[in-house]
Amino acid sequence: MELFVFVAASIMVLAGAIGVVTRSNPVHAALSMVLTLFGVAVMFVSLEAHFLAAVQVIVYAGAIVVLFLFVIMLLGVDKAEDVHTEPLKVQRPLALIVATGIAGVLVAAMFAGRDTIASGRASIDLPTVEDSDANTRQLARLIFSDYVVAFEVTSVLLVIAVVGTVLLARKRRGEKSEVSV
Amino acid sequence: MIAALIAEIKPNSTWYLVLAALLFAIGTLGVMVRRNALVLFMCIELMLNAVNLSFVALAKEMDDINGQAVVFFVLVVAAAEVVIGLGIVVAIMRKRVSASVDDLAELKG
Repeated sequence: MELFVFVAASIMVLAGAIGVVTRSNPVHAALSMVLTLFGVAVMFVSLEAHFLAAVQVIVYAGAIVVLFLFVIMLLGVDKAEDVHTEPLKVQRPLALIVATGIAGVLVAAMFAGRDTIASGRASIDLPTVEDSDANTRQLARLIFSDYVVAFEVTSVLLVIAVVGTVLLARKRRGEKSEVSV
Repeated sequence: MIAALIAEIKPNSTWYLVLAALLFAIGTLGVMVRRNALVLFMCIELMLNAVNLSFVALAKEMDDINGQAVVFFVLVVAAAEVVIGLGIVVAIMRKRVSASVDDLAELKG
């Protein structure tokens, strides 16, 4: 059963990721990204990170993808771009080689460091409560105790991001937009 | 018989880490190949998700919930990053027609 869930979720993740890279229409790419994000959420559930799975669906699939789609529609770039002409002929094969190399190096490093992972196991004793919201409770206890300063700083970060974006994207007085929408 | 054997196989953290590595590599491939600024942001999101997945897999492996706390903060920072990035794209698109990053080669607007 776990194997089936893993295989199904990894097909979702990889198919969505390949879709993001290959689809010429940005709207299709954004919808492929939803597939990937849901696949990652399924994996979070099977890794017993229930709270993060919910946040993944709400924040990523709910908010960030909708933001992407809003900007695509706002800018009117929802037409398929021509992905067949390539200004630099060597770029695609070279990028493919580099990406394969990155994947190879990551997998090799992981297998080389696997013993270190196994030896670091269970460094912190956790109360193993077998009820359904144990994960959320543990995470909340950690974030509101050890990471409380970081948690407060993220709220400041979000406020700064929102203010900065409004400042960036608003029309300045007297400025005429050259692009007629 | 075979079905029982398959049911015995349980994916461990190595499987998840390999998948995260593949997802990260696809994300870097997209950043290197694509020209549309919005699609570049989506590929960066894929890479962030790959790292999140490996964090959660290792949190399970090492029975340590700190990994999940880090993922929580990565989610927040990713949201802030997308907001600012899309704001910059909108600001640029006021001056130019296409979303291709090749058109942004000059320093002076």
